[in-house]
Amino acid sequence: MAEWTPTPPRPAPASSVGFSAWARRNLFATPGDVAFTVLGAAFIIWLGNVIIDWAFINASFAGDDRTACLKPVQGACWPFIDAKLGQFIYGRYPEAETWRVNLVFLFGAVGLVPMLVPAAPFKSFNIAFLLGFYPVFTFVMLTGGLFGLAEVETTDWGGLLVTLVVAVTGIAASLPLGIMLALGRRSKLPIIRYFCIGFIEVFRGVPLITVLFMASVMLPLFLPDGVNFDKLMRCLIGVALFSSAYMAEVVRGGLQAIPKGQYEAGAALGLGYWKTTRLIILPQALKLVIPGIVNTFIGLFKDTTLVLIVGLFDLLGIVQFHFTDASWATPETHITGYVFAGAVFWVFCFAMSRYSIFMENRLSTGR
Amino acid sequence: MTQNDEIISIQNLNKWFGNFHVLRDINLSVRSGEKIVICGPSGSGKSTLIRCINRLEVHQEGDIVVNGVRLDGSLKNLEDVRSEVGMLFQQFNLFPHMTVLENCALAPMWVRHMPRHEAEALAHKFLERVRIPHQAAKYPGQLSGGQQQRVAIARALCMNPRIMLFDEPTSALDPEMIKEVLDVMVELAHDGMTMICVTHEMGFARQVADRVIFMDEGEIVEENAPEAFFSNPRSDRTKLFLSQVL
Ligand SMILES: Nc1ncnc2c1ncn2[C@@H]1O[C@H](COP(=O)(O)OP(=O)(O)OP(=O)(O)O)[C@@H](O)[C@H]1O
Ligand SMILES: [Mg+2]
Repeated sequence: MAEWTPTPPRPAPASSVGFSAWARRNLFATPGDVAFTVLGAAFIIWLGNVIIDWAFINASFAGDDRTACLKPVQGACWPFIDAKLGQFIYGRYPEAETWRVNLVFLFGAVGLVPMLVPAAPFKSFNIAFLLGFYPVFTFVMLTGGLFGLAEVETTDWGGLLVTLVVAVTGIAASLPLGIMLALGRRSKLPIIRYFCIGFIEVFRGVPLITVLFMASVMLPLFLPDGVNFDKLMRCLIGVALFSSAYMAEVVRGGLQAIPKGQYEAGAALGLGYWKTTRLIILPQALKLVIPGIVNTFIGLFKDTTLVLIVGLFDLLGIVQFHFTDASWATPETHITGYVFAGAVFWVFCFAMSRYSIFMENRLSTGR
Repeated sequence: MTQNDEIISIQNLNKWFGNFHVLRDINLSVRSGEKIVICGPSGSGKSTLIRCINRLEVHQEGDIVVNGVRLDGSLKNLEDVRSEVGMLFQQFNLFPHMTVLENCALAPMWVRHMPRHEAEALAHKFLERVRIPHQAAKYPGQLSGGQQQRVAIARALCMNPRIMLFDEPTSALDPEMIKEVLDVMVELAHDGMTMICVTHEMGFARQVADRVIFMDEGEIVEENAPEAFFSNPRSDRTKLFLSQVL
């Protein structure tokens, strides 16, 4: 009786692997593909040329005022950015005190980077630093008035500083608040459920501008005379509440995707509601909605530009403000400023996006 | 058999889903160490009955006493009752975001407050017992169905339960894998675990059951020793059912 032996695998034919095979399959498979490839390549080359001409070849790089940027064929006016960089980063924060802002940025980076690298050790210490020490440190450093630090009114803050303060506060507050709202919306207790539904629907139903306007103009009308808290603080609260309503719905989407069996398995093992939620449900639900969470973060980051409406100057606001400076009035000032602001926003948002993809891959467990 | 031996007592249990009367006057008493197999057609209420025993389902009428604790609305420490009752599901319900080892060590750590190294040692012990000691670092999604169900058994055993409930643990498995799970269950039975098992594996019922219960339309139609149940069923309904599954 002949024994059955499985056929051993053979390597794939050489014509189906490697770059030339890839190019043949994806770029030049049909005459139509060839035409598209050629057209696409031509477009990319043309666009690249335009950008390089504008940003480098025809651009000005040095100068102290508008005269540097008035060539007959003028590209970007980089000296404008250079001259205003301090304003763009710190707003009207006193120049002698900007080291405090730099220190806050530095500590933020020092706390955040090891947090984001999964292999870095001391995670619980890291979390304590970021959630416990860092907010207090930031508050004391930026506002001053303690430890001999000069007081700096928040009305003097501006630029990237305001953008980051608003965005980071919104991001840090919206995730926990959003999770609580999402859980509350699924609660069996009617009071909690209706409160959460009401909160979410109200804040999702109105534009952020309205929320900011209410926070900065209407709220003081309801507060008793003399009670007056900071305009930036009111904006922070408005942004945090607004974004947590969005976050709640993203998280709820994740919660809904978790099969009932997961809750039952947790319950059957004797884990109560909170332990089941924290150890079993949330890790899975949040992982599922990482793209949605990051999407909300990115939206929030860009929405910080709306604080201009209540008189706070974020990065974009302050860039626009400096367009009015007559000593820098050139035809290229606007576009250069917008490209700069856009690039800064893009770097932050793109970093968040890449990080979310990295985390998705890392957390995938072969399901 | 003394009264003290009784570990589960169900009296005049009635349950409705909305207006649908799913369990009707169920009476059942289980002694410590007894193995009971429940069978019956789809929709007869088998799952609902065993889910009432660890209160995954809430009943409206009647008494259920598990391990000396009455299950009713006034119950404060539901988690204490549940931690003494292990449950196996048709769909395994392992936690996909945790390794096999973490799946097993989770409840001992968070319910029994065991230190991590102890909980993991315990998990290793039971993974060995269900014969998958080498998969501890894998995620459930990387295991076969039979291996997953055995991990689920190990996970339940890590809580050192006094009772194990099985809800069709092999019916989502390919035939090749059914045996590996049943073998583990037979061993468990021989070790003296109290077991209530919803299954249509009649070979398993013959081999380990002390009693076989046949349910239909939310009622216990027949309750008998396995030999008598299979060779000489009392009711025609049972006969019809057996002719279909055997
Ligand atoms: N949560 C629920 N709400 C309403 N009806 C339900 C619910 N769960 C089960 N039922 C109904 O109760 C009846 C009994 O269900 P149960 O799951 O206990 O049956 P079963 O005997 O386990 O069947 P199967 O062999 O298919 O698992 C079925 O008719 C089912 O449709
Ligand atoms: Mg069932």
